Amino acid sequence: MTTMDTRVQPRLLDAAAADLGEHHRGHGPIPWQGGVGRMIGELQSAGLTGRGGAGFPTWRKVAEVATAARAVVVANGAETEPGSRKDDTLLRRCPHLVLDGVQLLVEATGADEAYLYVKPGDAMASVRHALTERHGWDRVAVRVVAAPNRFVAGEESAVLAAIAGRPARPADKWLPVVHSGLRGRATLVQNVETCAHVAQIARNGARWFRGLGTRDEPGTMLVTVHGAVREVPIGIALSELVTGPVLVGGYHGAWLSSPAPHLSRAALAPFGAAPGAGVLHPLAPGRCGLVETAAITRYLAGESAGQCGPCRNGLPATAALLSALADRTAPPDAVHRLDHLTGLVVGRGACRHPDGTARLIRSTLTVFGDEVRLHLAGRCSR
Amino acid sequence: MTTLHIDWTACHGRGLCAELLPELLATDPWGYPIARTGGDVDVPAELHADAVTATKFCPRLALRLRAR
Ligand SMILES: Cc1cc2nc3c(=O)[nH]c(=O)nc-3n(C[C@H](O)[C@H](O)[C@H](O)COP(=O)(O)O)c2cc1C
Ligand code: SF4
Ligand code: SF4
Repeated sequence: MTTMDTRVQPRLLDAAAADLGEHHRGHGPIPWQGGVGRMIGELQSAGLTGRGGAGFPTWRKVAEVATAARAVVVANGAETEPGSRKDDTLLRRCPHLVLDGVQLLVEATGADEAYLYVKPGDAMASVRHALTERHGWDRVAVRVVAAPNRFVAGEESAVLAAIAGRPARPADKWLPVVHSGLRGRATLVQNVETCAHVAQIARNGARWFRGLGTRDEPGTMLVTVHGAVREVPIGIALSELVTGPVLVGGYHGAWLSSPAPHLSRAALAPFGAAPGAGVLHPLAPGRCGLVETAAITRYLAGESAGQCGPCRNGLPATAALLSALADRTAPPDAVHRLDHLTGLVVGRGACRHPDGTARLIRSTLTVFGDEVRLHLAGRCSR
Repeated sequence: MTTLHIDWTACHGRGLCAELLPELLATDPWGYPIARTGGDVDVPAELHADAVTATKFCPRLALRLRAR
């Protein structure tokens, strides 16, 4: 593992520019790569993975979409995760960096349509303003589409539904969106931070990109802690960012008890956790992890799109049982029943919302095991 | 070998498929099909015909077979 310095020079956030002129002076023109597919090798060497949560290798999706005749590129800036501010920060401070990345993905895939999906607000205004400056700079005009502020509206098939003018609900994955996305066309959906890294890799190369992060998970990532956004090398010690128990990876993430490991997929996997989109929720001093998680689970249950039976039924049942546990009114077999319920929802929806919720519940029962026993005995340590 | 894919957005959970394919599918407490193996359901050759029947009779057209 590379040695980590928390004060490394940020690569995305330092690319802030007030307008296209400043962006051009700092970074030069778009570093076109010379045609369809040309960038795939560099993205593979860089080892860039998606920063929207799932951490999938970007080059593989690009390679898949590049084989299609008429492709679509979508930059996903929905950032529907409560407490996450990183995409908002990026789009407000460096819209041109993200938009350069979108154009490079357009070139790499041979796409002739591009979209940027973002909630109405300052970030959307920043993108719209940036786009007005980019006439003659971009190959394909980027259309801005408003994202509703619902948790599942950021899921890729929900994004495509919204762009097509339908409600932003996830769709069945019989065919993956890389093969059949918007109006049946091969579609590349990438998080806006991923797009910004693409632009940086095109300018500075894979070797430079790998200069930070770990060997297997190179580069930096944006994290949000208590609403504050920082750019850190992947693999940074979590103790540099937070203390005490922490929910890593947002509401679909997992709790870790205090002596936590490093922020990378490899380091977190043994704990059933993953960096996700970089949201860290430390447990506030004096707060009960069960009470906090019960509130989150009620929120998640309410955000189910209600389309898939196991999710529509299983998430509210899970939330009710966890709430009873938090209130110290749960039946004695509550843990067993929660295990059973989470087992019933995993893998049984059109999207991973049930899976993420199950992961949260399971980590809660493990990390707050002592509290669970106290609550079942009618007490609470807080 | 084929796998049976369930479109959860279409399935209305009356459990007809579990009656047609009891070797592979049970129903959960809400009536939705649950694979005895989890995820997309592996269909062995001897059950292929029954699986085809289930895809035809599903009232919501929520089932599809994929060749592997
Ligand atoms: C319930 C749910 C919500 C999601 N919300 C977002 C989101 O707000 N922004 C985002 O970029 N990805 C979100 N994703 C992940 C997307 O489906 C998709 O994987 C991602 O945009 C791909 O980009 P990446 O490979 O660059 O990360 C969500 C996924 C799920 C299951
Ligand atoms: S799994 Fe849940 S959130 Fe996802 S599409 Fe189905 S009902 Fe909606
Ligand atoms: S027959 Fe079709 S609609 Fe009925 S439970 Fe099975 S998959 Fe769902």
